[in-house]
Amino acid sequence: MTASHSKILQVDNVSKRFGGLLALDRVSLTVAPGEIFGIIGPNGAGKTTLFNVINGVYPPQQGRITFRGEDITGLSPFKASHRGIARTHQVVRPLGELTVRENVTVGACYGRENLPLEKAEQVADEVLDFVGLTARKDMLASKLNVAQKKRLEMARALAARPILLLLDEVLAGLNPQEVADMLTVIRKIRDQDVTIIMIEHLMHAVMNLSDRVFVLDYGAKIAEGTPQEVSNDPRVIEAYLGDPQVARRFMEGAG
Amino acid sequence: MRSFRNLSFWLILLVVALVALLPTLADSAALPFLTNAATMRENLFLLLMLVTLASSINIIMGYTGYVSFGHIVFFGLGGYFAFYLVQTYSVNVLLAALAGGIGASLIATLIGIPVLRLRGAYFALATIGINEAMRAFMNNFDPFGGALGMFFNYAVYDSYGGAKNAGELAYYAMIAVTLATIATSFLIKKSKFGLGLLAIREDQDASQVLGIDPARAKVIAYAISAFFPALAGAIFFFKNGIIEPGIAFDLQRSIEGLVMVMLGGYGTVTGPIVGAVVYDRLRSALITSPPITLGSLTVNLSNFHLVVAGILLLLVVLFVTAGFVGWLRNRFPAVRRFLE
Repeated sequence: MTASHSKILQVDNVSKRFGGLLALDRVSLTVAPGEIFGIIGPNGAGKTTLFNVINGVYPPQQGRITFRGEDITGLSPFKASHRGIARTHQVVRPLGELTVRENVTVGACYGRENLPLEKAEQVADEVLDFVGLTARKDMLASKLNVAQKKRLEMARALAARPILLLLDEVLAGLNPQEVADMLTVIRKIRDQDVTIIMIEHLMHAVMNLSDRVFVLDYGAKIAEGTPQEVSNDPRVIEAYLGDPQVARRFMEGAG
Repeated sequence: MRSFRNLSFWLILLVVALVALLPTLADSAALPFLTNAATMRENLFLLLMLVTLASSINIIMGYTGYVSFGHIVFFGLGGYFAFYLVQTYSVNVLLAALAGGIGASLIATLIGIPVLRLRGAYFALATIGINEAMRAFMNNFDPFGGALGMFFNYAVYDSYGGAKNAGELAYYAMIAVTLATIATSFLIKKSKFGLGLLAIREDQDASQVLGIDPARAKVIAYAISAFFPALAGAIFFFKNGIIEPGIAFDLQRSIEGLVMVMLGGYGTVTGPIVGAVVYDRLRSALITSPPITLGSLTVNLSNFHLVVAGILLLLVVLFVTAGFVGWLRNRFPAVRRFLE
């Protein structure tokens, strides 16, 4: 394996500040092609900000982002999309007055392959089939329920034929059956050689799916490694549960 | 160019063309029951102009989601450019109109680059400001006649075979412009570019993440939507023989254009056409209706159309946001394929 093959995305010492809040504090990470890279952390840890910096919604104040060997720091989101970075939003953003099929066609038209309309519609139909929304394709996107809107976000991102897919809490708000369906979809995407970075609060899902997990707290990395390594890391437990010493003493006291 | 294979594309153009050619058919005695062909042609000329204006506004407002309140500025600019070329350099009116259209599109591009960064009400306000500024400028711009404007010497019409023939030329030119506007509107709606505009209208930030360059797409849409009103303005003022700032940059006409778009259904191809027809008929019915006497009170309805326009706009925005065609499309999904 050559160096450029061992990493598809490299985030180097990236910081992002909103006024007095340091949302990202010198974050560095490396993602290998074909892996599922999980990002976890308490609310407000800076996970979504990290996505926003990667796909160009905000430029970072400091640091560098390299995608497939090219510097993409501060590149606008539509250019990131053309290069093969697609994402879903934590708070779904359907194009409400367009049909489900039109929504997905937008993704195919303006994504990495820059397809003409007719070809894009074919891709949209394939992707709708893949995520199981074919029956709803002529509905207005605003009329979908939450689980369907999450699938739509996913379909739109996939229609762009991305190299790197950023999934921002696609499982949040879904019931157990819907979560199971979505996990199947995510595995199938990985099998198509798409690299995935996923932000997720649902621990069992991240720990099951991810090849590696990255833990963010107060904008900084506190741990990184395989799911087992991370779940045994005292700093991670502290970030989620508070002070482990206190937690243990509390448990002893109760006993 | 899938639209050329679309039945409704040809159907819309055919209906508009047939209606527009009614006076001509009446003249040739093919339709003996139509006796007032001259009046009809005058009415249809104005109606076609309104359809052009409303359909153009719809491209930036209905497809892209940017309410261009002062869109009439391009009508005025096209009128002024063409009028000046015809009067001063004896340029053929059709060429002059084309030059006016291109000029208006260029100005729209220059204005659009900074102004289309604004969103929502701020953009709408900015376009009113542009229109008012342009009127103030023309009021003080002596080469274009300042506040008095410009008027033709009747000799101008001689090269078109007299005033009557010039009027006919203007009529057919207006038909052509209207058909071109509707065709363009349809082609955009059904194209990849148009899909991008709709995505921007629905959620500009999401559209950008999906790979659309909103800044570029919006400026192109704005330039296109400026082109056709300018052509219409050029032909209207050529036929009129007089142009002055008050008529060229009449904000009231701009607002009426918005009412037509909302009434018929924003974001649809046929909506602005339907809206223009309904509004125009309503206006002329009110203008020609006799005063109403309520006891000791006499109400003259001739200026009442603006009151009606205001009420209609309010009702549409409150209860049928999608407008007439939009409502039909939502209520009966089966008509979607035929009614764009």
